[in-house]
Formats: sequence, structure tokens, C-alpha cells
Amino acid sequence: MNQDSRAVLLVPSGARARLEEWKQNVEPRQFVVYAAALLIFLLFAVLLHDDGFLRSSNLINIGRQSAPIAVMAVGMSFALASSEIDLSIGSVAALSSLVAASVVGDHGFLIGALAAIAAGAFIGLVNGMIAVKVRIPSFLVTLGTFGIVSGIARNWNDLSSIPIRNDTFLSVFGAGSFGPVSSLLFWAVAVGILGHFALHYLRWGRHVLSVGSDRFAAKAVGIKTDRIRITALMVSAMAASFAGVLLASRIAVGRHDLGEDLLLTVIAAVVIGGTNLFGGRASVAGAVAGSVVMAMLNNGLILMGLRVSDQLIARGVIIILAVSLSMREQKES
Amino acid sequence: MNAEVGALEVSNLCKSFRAVQALDGVSLSLRYGQVTALLGDNGAGKSTLVKCISGVHLPDSGTINIDGVEQTVSSPKAARRLGIETVHQTLAVIDPLDVVENLFLNREHTRGGIFGRLFGVLDKKRMRREASEILSRLDIRIPSLRRPLAALSGGQRQAVAIGRAVAWGQQIVLLDEPAAALGVEQAARVLDLIRGLRDSGVAVLLITHNMDRVTAVCDRAVVLRQGRKTADVDVGLVSKDDLVAFITGSRTDGLAQ
Repeated sequence: MNQDSRAVLLVPSGARARLEEWKQNVEPRQFVVYAAALLIFLLFAVLLHDDGFLRSSNLINIGRQSAPIAVMAVGMSFALASSEIDLSIGSVAALSSLVAASVVGDHGFLIGALAAIAAGAFIGLVNGMIAVKVRIPSFLVTLGTFGIVSGIARNWNDLSSIPIRNDTFLSVFGAGSFGPVSSLLFWAVAVGILGHFALHYLRWGRHVLSVGSDRFAAKAVGIKTDRIRITALMVSAMAASFAGVLLASRIAVGRHDLGEDLLLTVIAAVVIGGTNLFGGRASVAGAVAGSVVMAMLNNGLILMGLRVSDQLIARGVIIILAVSLSMREQKES
Repeated sequence: MNAEVGALEVSNLCKSFRAVQALDGVSLSLRYGQVTALLGDNGAGKSTLVKCISGVHLPDSGTINIDGVEQTVSSPKAARRLGIETVHQTLAVIDPLDVVENLFLNREHTRGGIFGRLFGVLDKKRMRREASEILSRLDIRIPSLRRPLAALSGGQRQAVAIGRAVAWGQQIVLLDEPAAALGVEQAARVLDLIRGLRDSGVAVLLITHNMDRVTAVCDRAVVLRQGRKTADVDVGLVSKDDLVAFITGSRTDGLAQ
């Protein structure tokens, strides 16, 4: 058998060939979210110029607002990629802020943060075990744990907030900065990079996507689908916990409702970013960009001078519109 | 490889589901470098037989010998360990993953070092290089290794699934209607692939309803009818009409040859 004559498939070498191959296989819809972010930015820059949208303090504010959303969105990407969903992230973040605030005083900033994340890992494990072993759809399980965890958070300190006085904690996670970069932004970007790496360069990430795309095919090749679904829900809850740490650090207290209302914002950010709501496709970078979009929209509504009640209505309408647009686009392709 | 002993010898296999006797003493022999057709009407017991061989069902009685040694195929994993790979009609490929990732699905190479092994960091370069070797060895043409399976044609998806089955040195391959939903040219490519497997010494069992495919690539044909083997013939010695007659039961002398 002449090996050379049968070598019908050449691995492209060199940067140009690689670029060509990338161009052939890349899907344009991946870039919709970045175009949307740019468009909204330009729109607000013009419309809200006199209200100070472009002022550097406002832009920094948008960045800081988007950081916890982005961290939760990265976690949610894995839950959705595995064809599960995690509706408990809001109360997980709230409880984690309380855990961190309670622990950090006596045990230092690192243990405080780790304790919060461990709480998230445990809740995620419970979510996953019930969804997988008892065979209850994860949206129902996590809706239940959302209620349970927010109840626990309210009982934690009888509805009162817990102040955080550990300066290291505050500067590392919230108020401080690493060089010129706000620490909130640093952590959001770090979690984004970590998530992207896990999704694309780890066996686990590829298996998450496989399970979400076709659970039976994944099982047929021997992937441990139960374990993958459980760990995906754990990652989602751990990310929510870390977002709770960031939120607590930003305002120097742990509180029973911190981040509790972010669920819809996070889901919108993830879906706008190109992740399929029903599994099998995920983009971590898109989720981060989607979080910036959501934070900008939030900020724009406030600058427009809308009352809180009207902001709620406008935000709901925008989320439904944005998600339905991106889902229609996904279905067509 | 021993040409005298069959790659896979199934003897007197019985399997019933409650009152239904799905397999009633079926024997079958696959040889290396040979393609055997498994024919029969719907409900004749073809897929039950394949599921017994591939570890999905445990037979009630009867034996399965591989390379002359009796084996219990207790699970699909055990089947794979024994060198038996099954390509199901559904293919079990993952749409959003690319060709390389599908070929190596759950057999990924990871990087060395503590970090690489602990976290399962993929060795993409190595998998890409080996995927390219596998595909060219099997003469499978795919426009790009980076293309997600969702963007491939039915024939190409089929080829990736078969390629994955045989890329790992598996010597016994069971193919369930591999060209069922394919166009003419794509079906021809899959048949070429099967010939390639045969030429490299693999024992192939091909389930199909298409008599043209039987005469095109198969060496032997085994016909099941109502859970019993009704014919086991050399494809070169019978016509398509004969095969159809065995399947419908209008001819019953198929075991005499």
C-alpha cells in the first residue's frame, strides 16, 4: 500500500493555511454579540452623551456592574452546554456573600472566599445529584433549591447584613485594583479565560458539550454522563458563589438578597452570547460579552432617568426581545 | 489472525423477551477479511443478535467465541475490550464537535505532566496529527478536520463513525444499515470503506435490507427468519432473487449449501 498516494488529507501548516481553515469553519453568528455590544455602545454614546454615558467614572461603573454578571454567566454557560439549567444561582450568590462575610473576619480573606465557593460546590452537588439520580429536570430541582437557599440566607443572620472589615478581602475582590485594573474586572476576565480554556482545552469541557448535544451518543461512547451533568451544575453554582464574593466585597457587606435578582440578566447574557438554551453549543467569551451588553443596557436605562418600576418593565421587554432575536437566529442556522 | 478459527463464532444463541422467542438457536461465524451480510425481515431477530454480540443484551443460552476462546460479552464496554465495535444507525457522533474530536471522543490524548493529566488538558496537536493519519489510512475524504460534524454530509458523518470504530485496531465491526439514508454516491463511498476494512483483515457484519449492497461487498449472507437461521450461503453462488426468497420464506433450502 503506497502511503503517499493515499494521503488525501493534508494537515495545513503555516499561519496562512491555519487562518484559511479557520475562516472556512467559523460561524458568523459567533460575532453577533460583539457587534451588538459595539452598536449599543455607540448608540448610548450618542443618545446619552449629555447624561454622562462616556464619562470615565460611568464606564468604570459599567465594567464593575458587569463583572459579577459575567462570572455567573460563565458558570451558567456550562450548565446550559450540558443541557441542564441552574435557576438557583441568585440565592447561591446571596448565601455565599453571607458565608464569606461570616468566615472572613476570623479566618482571613482566602478562607472566606474558599468557604463561600465550597458552599456553592455543595449546593451544585445537591442540585446535580437530585437532577441525575432522582431524574427530575434540573429547572425544577434548581427552582426548588433557589427557594431553599434563599430561605437559609434569610435565616442566616435574621435578615440583617454582615459587614466585612477585612481590608485584604475588600481590595482583592471588590474595591481595590491590580495596577491600573479594577480587581472586579480582573476577576471577571480571569474567570472568563479559565472558562474558555475549560470548555475548549479540557476533556471535561468537550464532554460537557457532548452530553448536552446528544446524551445517548455520549453514553454510547462510554462518557460518564451522570458525572458530567453533576459537575456542570457544580461549576455553575461555584461561579455563582464567587460572584457572591465579588458582590459582597464591592459593598463591604454580605446580605441575604445580594445578586438574587440577577438570574434573568445572566440567562439573557449567556443566550445573547451565542449559547444554546437547550444544550450542545456554548460560548464563554460570548457570555462575557453578553454580560457587558446587559450591564450597558442597565446603565443606559438608569441614565435615561427611568423610574425603578419602569426600568423593570423596560429590562423585561429588552431581555425577551434580545433572547428571541438570538434564538431565532440560532434556529435558522 | 487464524484463518481456520473464525474471528467470531456464535453458537446456538437463544434470547427471549417474555413470551417472544427473539433468537432460537442461532449460529453464525465471522471470519477475518470477510464481510458477512445479516439479512431478514423486520422482527426476524437481526438487531437482537447484534445486541447480544455487542453486549447490549445478555443471551439466555448459547456461546460466543472470539478467536476460539469463549467469552461473556456483559456490556458494550466489554465488547469493545474484546475488539468488537458497533456502528449503530444513529452513529453516535456529536454534532458540535469537529472531526478530530469525534474520532477521539472519550479516547482523548491528554498532555503529560501533573497539570495536564490531573485536569485532562487535551493534546490537540497530537490528536490532529493522528486523526489525519487515520483518515488517510482509511481513505476517508473530509474537507477539513476542524469542521463540526453538523456541517458534514450524511456520508461523511457515516465515514467518521466507521472510522472511529476501526481506528483503534478493532478487528470485528458490526454495521447496522450503514448506508440507509444516503445518496447514491455517498452510499458508494461507504461501500468502498467497507471493502477497505475487509482488505485490511477486519471481520465485518453488515445488516442491510438492500440486496445490491449484499452482492456488491458481501462474501457470505446469513438470513434470519422468526428468530431462526434459514440460510447461510456464499453470496457468489446465489442470486438476489434467491436471497429475497430466503428472507420471505418461499425458499427453505438455504442451509443445505
